[in-house]
Amino acid sequence: MPTTMIAATQIELNDEGFFVHPEQWTEEMAAELARRESIDPLTDRHWTVLRFMRSEFLDKGTGPTVRALGKTSGVSVKELYQLFPKGPAKVAARIAGIPKPRGCI
Amino acid sequence: MAKRVVILGGGTGGTLVANRLRRLFSGTDVELVVVDQNDRHVYQPGLLFVPFGLAHSEDIVRPRQRQLHDGIKFHESGIERVEIGANEVHLHDGSVLGYDVLVVATGASLILEETEGLAGPGWMDKVFTFYTPEGAGALEAALATFDGGRVVVNVVDMPIKCPVAPLEFCFLADWYFHERGIRDRVELTYVTPLDGAFTKPVASKQLGGMLADKNIELVTEFNTSEVDGAGGRLISYDQREVPFDLAVVIPLHGGASYVGRSIGLGDALNFVPTDEHTLQSKVADNVFVIGDAANVPASKAGSVTHFEGETLVENVRRHLAGEPLIDGFDGHANCFIETGFHKALLIDFNYDTEPLTGHYPGRVGLPLLKQSRLNHLGKLLFQSVYWHGLLPGRDIPGIGATMPSSGKIPVAATGATTTPKE
Repeated sequence: MPTTMIAATQIELNDEGFFVHPEQWTEEMAAELARRESIDPLTDRHWTVLRFMRSEFLDKGTGPTVRALGKTSGVSVKELYQLFPKGPAKVAARIAGIPKPRGCI
Repeated sequence: MAKRVVILGGGTGGTLVANRLRRLFSGTDVELVVVDQNDRHVYQPGLLFVPFGLAHSEDIVRPRQRQLHDGIKFHESGIERVEIGANEVHLHDGSVLGYDVLVVATGASLILEETEGLAGPGWMDKVFTFYTPEGAGALEAALATFDGGRVVVNVVDMPIKCPVAPLEFCFLADWYFHERGIRDRVELTYVTPLDGAFTKPVASKQLGGMLADKNIELVTEFNTSEVDGAGGRLISYDQREVPFDLAVVIPLHGGASYVGRSIGLGDALNFVPTDEHTLQSKVADNVFVIGDAANVPASKAGSVTHFEGETLVENVRRHLAGEPLIDGFDGHANCFIETGFHKALLIDFNYDTEPLTGHYPGRVGLPLLKQSRLNHLGKLLFQSVYWHGLLPGRDIPGIGATMPSSGKIPVAATGATTTPKE
């Protein structure tokens, strides 16, 4: 399992770059995680999505899919793709320090 | 006092649950009521064959009531909403049904309006879906006069009913145009939001190879934002475009609309949060969910619904008797994948084991993940098994509800690599 230093903390990530221990995540890590996804700077709109994903994960045990995000986060699917062009659910989950959303089968 | 079980939906799940419950509670005073908005039960696997003239819509539709055993009431009405706190279902015809146990079996619906332009210019003219009898029939007429050009098959988003059906459509289209002698004038393209042909690695590799063999182009990670029927192009959220002369689109799926009108019943897409092993809903102890209406991470497929039936019915009995529920359902799914030229392949999997090669249901049996004529015959025979075995709620001899492993070749032995499931 690869580990990496983020905000002076040793973090364990899985092969796809998702946090193995979501409880290790802090808000201070987000900016650095975002830069690794070529997102700089993180705007308030990004933070709306990140905080929403985080709370959905803590509430339900899995992050939302893009469609569910578009319906419930207050950010439309179109804007989600503008904020996170390489795939909102996956990229936002990496930056928010939560596991890959268990969406499609 | 008599207990009442209300079953919403008279499709695959609702019908087989009602019939199983009737047998279980025969001679007792449990009242069973099935509610549906119409009396047309569609054999949905048959829709795939309609566009190619291999089946006709009237042959795959039967009355819902006739599939229900004696002693089950059928109430034909649309559903306005469920009040889970009051244990009541409010119907469009004004009646209110109280229940002791509610079984949600209203499946998945197509949400065209979630995709810009999908229901706009060109819809049912050069943009079709085969996921409804009307769409499949219209597509048959359009294909019959199609004499060359670009055909795209596009899955808007997962989850969809029968995730292999769009691939089967591609394989059958290849065969269909070949038989008509115009295959060299048709460009076939499969456009998917997934990163490969299918969700699970071993099957994805096998099916991806078959697309290439049949000269069907594969476009991956395409999240459809807009269908421009007039201009003949699909547009993704990241601004990629795929041109077409004829598009076959599988729209976004959601649960039934009344779920959205029922406070606390469904999630953002109107699927009902459900325990993946007990099939009890997470929204109320006396609400159970079968088939496509549930948010469980299993395929939305008739075989899954059939395998769920045993656990769900046992847990309804246990709930009524005040006993603890069983964790009976393992996510078991299997499906024949029609590949054209009188052949099909078979896949069999569950929550923990992806589709593998080998044989089903044991070492001697149908070949898995491999094209064969035997599997094609199996697919054809299945329609009869559906009406006469599945819907009456019978166990199919030799085919257990839990996934068999004995005939399968593990991933390590096939040399395939595994990646975490999507």
